[in-house]
Amino acid sequence: MATTYGTSDFRKGLRVEFDGDPYLVVECEFRKPGKGSAIYTLKVKNLLNGRVLEKTFRSGDSISGADCHDQKMQYIFNDTKDWHFMDPENYEQYAVSKEQLGDLWKYLVEEMMCEVTFYNGNPITVTPPNHVELEVEYCEPGAKGNTATNVTKPAKVQTGAEIQVPIFIKIGDVLKVDTRTGDYIERVHR
Amino acid sequence: MCSRSTPERAITLSESTGKSGGELRGAAAEALRLRARLLAKAREFFSQRGILEVETPLLSRGVVVDRHLDPPVCRYGSAAGGGEKLYLQTSPEAAMKRLLAAGLGAIYQVAHAFREGERGRLHNPEFTIIEWYRPGLNHHELMDEVGALVSLLLPEHSKDGGWEKLSYRQLFRDRLGIDPMECGTGELGQAAEKLGVELEGEFDWKDRDAWLDLLLSTRLQEDLGNERPVFVYDYPASQAALARLCPEEPRLAERFELYIAGIELCNGYHELLDAAEQRTRFEKANDQRRSDGREPLAPDERLLEALESGLPECSGVALGFDRLVMLALGADSIDEVLPFPFEDV
Repeated sequence: MATTYGTSDFRKGLRVEFDGDPYLVVECEFRKPGKGSAIYTLKVKNLLNGRVLEKTFRSGDSISGADCHDQKMQYIFNDTKDWHFMDPENYEQYAVSKEQLGDLWKYLVEEMMCEVTFYNGNPITVTPPNHVELEVEYCEPGAKGNTATNVTKPAKVQTGAEIQVPIFIKIGDVLKVDTRTGDYIERVHR
Repeated sequence: MCSRSTPERAITLSESTGKSGGELRGAAAEALRLRARLLAKAREFFSQRGILEVETPLLSRGVVVDRHLDPPVCRYGSAAGGGEKLYLQTSPEAAMKRLLAAGLGAIYQVAHAFREGERGRLHNPEFTIIEWYRPGLNHHELMDEVGALVSLLLPEHSKDGGWEKLSYRQLFRDRLGIDPMECGTGELGQAAEKLGVELEGEFDWKDRDAWLDLLLSTRLQEDLGNERPVFVYDYPASQAALARLCPEEPRLAERFELYIAGIELCNGYHELLDAAEQRTRFEKANDQRRSDGREPLAPDERLLEALESGLPECSGVALGFDRLVMLALGADSIDEVLPFPFEDV
């Protein structure tokens, strides 16, 4: 059963429900004039479409929690429309559409363990590890010996995504990429 | 001997690791050093003006009853179960007024204050107040003294070393085009909607003060005091528990607040002297607490006795010292200026 959260439970990371949609609390601001009544302002992100809303509450108000849970699953393959995940315990498979994934498909490598979020029993979002390693399949050759990191070029990696990388990167290099920002972090020596 | 680490040691650990676990999570060493320098400067300011430093108890049997302030409750003598109920003060106001009534003259205090449920970017349930009282000064004269102190401690927050004053009514007229003393809750609601406030839950549409607080704290406040400190003065009487009413307009009370860079830093009153009126206001606040679903609080009878015996004409102000350090440091969160934020105690 979904729980109810009072204003004193409000915090970043809660999953709540408005108008039948699940939302993630991304910001929670407590405001209170010294002698006045407390106001809580939440920034909430719709877990189905990514839209961010701001909602204002007074102390004593409450919201319903969204019936969400997370499960560790292995990414197994995609058919360009859906990305398929498998529960390693019971081998059950679930599909998450490319729209639901947003940009995250760029970082999903087969056999990678991810956290899949379910809402009312259906998978809605995927959280890959914060850092993933991706191999460069193609990029323009860079100037030899140039180790500057502030000049970038695009590199196509094994998932088909393009990542901005420093110009010294070459085909076959393995990159460490931050999945939260999409940024190149460093070259990995395997 | 116990193996207690010295403060210096704890600070060094936190700077190198930035992690919690017996170490300093909130304030870095530099913030604490700045904090100490600011406090020393403030004490020098008061000393030069002949204002006496006092210390009063944190525990009390009664409180200044406020609709929106909840003091934590302690049990004294609870080792055997039960015990006497004592409050941790929400400000040192009651005790300091007893000293004023006793004829001590101008006094100040650096005190810890406690407020339940107040936790956020600008709030910690236990925090530090600098509070002072000036017999013979009205609220405008005290605002000037507060202005002098903040320009000394926060010179970077005033381009020309000065400060501004703006009445509460003028603020709402200028920024929202509404008169906060005349407009109805419908108009206030429309103003909020126009400013993009999306309300959830069961907001009390009949409560004018709640609307005014909402507009001030979510929409007007952030623009106040960005060039130089701004004093907002003469608040609705319903929002000024211990202030005297404006002689020419009894719907307003002689209360002020100071805003710097969008942060509410001070609250001051031209103090109410009438004991009977004070008792009535405490009772009214307790009625409101009951209808809000909060516990009524025991009024501080010793404060009321002191008022009966005669409080000198005076003004008083409380300054949030942690927030002042935040402003001096350019910190985003109060946690950056506290040695141990609430979650770490």
